[in-house]
Amino acid sequence: MNLRHATTVYLKELKDSLRDRRTLVSMFVIPTLLMPVIFVAFGTVTTKLVRKVRTETPTVMLLGGEDSPKVRAALAAQPRLKIVPSADDFRTRISEKKLRAAVRIPDDFDRSLHEGRPATVTIYTYEGELRSGFAAGEIDRFFRDYREKLIQARLEERGVPPSLLKPFELTRQNVAPPEKVGGNLIGGIIPCVIILLAFSGAMYPAMDLAAGEKERGTMETLLCSPASHTEIVLGKFLMVLTASLATVVLSALSTVVTFGLGASLFAREAMASVARGAGGAAVRHALPSLHPGGFLLSLTMVLPVAILFSSVLFTISLFAKSYKEAQSYLSPLVIVVILPAMLATLPGVDLNATLACIPVLNVALLSKELVSGIFNWPYITLIFLSTSVYAAASLTWAVKMFNRESVLFRS
Amino acid sequence: MIEARHLTKVFRHRKRGEIRAVDDVSFTCRPGSIYGLLGVNGAGKTTILRMLATLLQPTAGSASVAGLSVTDHPARVRARLGFLATSTALYGRLTARETIAYFGKLNDLSAEQITRRTEHLATELHMHDFLDRRVDTFSTGMKQKTSIARTLVHDPDVIIFDEPTLGLDVLAARTIIAFVRDCRDRGKTVIYSTHIMSEVEKLCDVIGVVHGGRLLAEGSHTELKERTGTSDMEEVFVRTIGAESAA
Ligand SMILES: Nc1ncnc2c1ncn2[C@@H]1O[C@H](COP(=O)(O)OP(=O)(O)OP(=O)(O)O)[C@@H](O)[C@H]1O
Ligand SMILES: [Mg+2]
Repeated sequence: MNLRHATTVYLKELKDSLRDRRTLVSMFVIPTLLMPVIFVAFGTVTTKLVRKVRTETPTVMLLGGEDSPKVRAALAAQPRLKIVPSADDFRTRISEKKLRAAVRIPDDFDRSLHEGRPATVTIYTYEGELRSGFAAGEIDRFFRDYREKLIQARLEERGVPPSLLKPFELTRQNVAPPEKVGGNLIGGIIPCVIILLAFSGAMYPAMDLAAGEKERGTMETLLCSPASHTEIVLGKFLMVLTASLATVVLSALSTVVTFGLGASLFAREAMASVARGAGGAAVRHALPSLHPGGFLLSLTMVLPVAILFSSVLFTISLFAKSYKEAQSYLSPLVIVVILPAMLATLPGVDLNATLACIPVLNVALLSKELVSGIFNWPYITLIFLSTSVYAAASLTWAVKMFNRESVLFRS
Repeated sequence: MIEARHLTKVFRHRKRGEIRAVDDVSFTCRPGSIYGLLGVNGAGKTTILRMLATLLQPTAGSASVAGLSVTDHPARVRARLGFLATSTALYGRLTARETIAYFGKLNDLSAEQITRRTEHLATELHMHDFLDRRVDTFSTGMKQKTSIARTLVHDPDVIIFDEPTLGLDVLAARTIIAFVRDCRDRGKTVIYSTHIMSEVEKLCDVIGVVHGGRLLAEGSHTELKERTGTSDMEEVFVRTIGAESAA
């Protein structure tokens, strides 16, 4: 082993790659731009949506109930709904989203209640449409309150204490720090995006440095130099790894900057919403947030993953005779990486000893915890070790294949 | 000096089964002479040369370059050897100077030696005009010169040319041929593989006719002509391989 040869190969590949527009795009442009785009898209959409829904007073059509002035008056007095007069085309209007919802009060409603006869109120909605659902929710709440009051009045009338129907109260309180709430929403996605970038950053140089060099016919000349195969493969592998890590570091930096700028931007928005009402909490929780230490540690975990990606991509590309062939081998592999990364972002998928040994998925799952500020040291150690073992094994495989003439001179 | 003794190479191919690409080939190439390997496509020329250049392991037999066994000292053999492969492929995004320097470094030359050799080769090959331009802007002739300079940066004793004129026009091909002759005149050991009859006739001191992986005949072109009783090189070739097919 002569490290000078490996360094020579590495420096040449670095220079060569830095002069290549395609490498530059995959190494610098994409990782720098991706995070701001994701952040702004997420932040803007959620903030806008929630704010709009919260500030809008939904228009609701009241159908029937002409003979029940009590309930009509109560509905009209309710500030969160804008009641419009009845019309026959309410179904079309709801479908066309001109009307959020409609509510039908059966005939003789007031009297039925008074006499204790059963009655049914019907709400018409656009199922799955956020604003219609919100309007229906308000109507629903109104009638529940109305019913509740009625029950209370009746119980009092008969001298029964209200606690008979409600033996205990149930309340819910959030104790998680804000980054945990936010972390599980978008925070968990960010490490997965970074893992994907580590992969995509390694992909193009892997194709170019192995299959590409074979295709151009320069590989043979390179192999004819006194540098050993191991030295050559090391130098080339280091370049692929450099590209992979460059995308990781750049996307991490861009994440930090985006979060620094974006958080203050959206935070003002959130504060304004808080002042306006309960909607603020929803906005704040929808906002991405990251635990800084955990984020840094999750980047460290990506290092062995990048080694694993670089050596696997390089080796597979080595089997290909041409750049195109390498592309057709490597492109489907993106799925193999996306799948575990996506799986990890699903709520309810959490780390256990088995999952901690599955490459990619383990780091994605761990990162989800890390950016939420949860440090589970036994898992952190286990995952770092297992990923390092995979990385070492794949690098050994790369060296072995590069020393095999049937791989280098395939026909 | 190159010596091949009973060199044999068998490839195992998934569909075609066992391919005996080189079969018991022995020859010697001395310093200051050009040994020509003449054969049609698929005859086994490249496989022989790759074994000499330590890129492929012989299945049987042995070979030595400058007195060093190709199997025992592959790295030292490569340090004494220049190999100009069929395609004059280069790294398009490097300049000619960078290309030469890259191979100089891989051959453990010092920065100073590289500068000196680059200067020398650039003068000899008339490369000064494009030395600092990127290779992907070169004409085929410029690329050819850069390839040669890159191959010879470490001033090897043994030089292997594998069909170096493939795809070149007459003028570019002549430059190469003149250059190969030059190498011989400076005492280098040269192996030249081709399927072009006129080239071996003009260039080679000893010609080895390869067919189906076997060395069928060996000698200077006059000897081969006498042996086959014809003065036309193409006829010599056809009769040599035809005699084998008939036998
Ligand atoms: N890596 C390999 N695996 C399997 N078979 C091979 C391999 N390399 C060469 N061959 C086969 O060995 C035989 C000799 O090939 P070789 O490339 O040495 O011929 P050549 O004389 O250089 O021909 P050409 O003029 O086409 O370059 C051919 O049948 C070829 O298909
Ligand atoms: Mg050939």
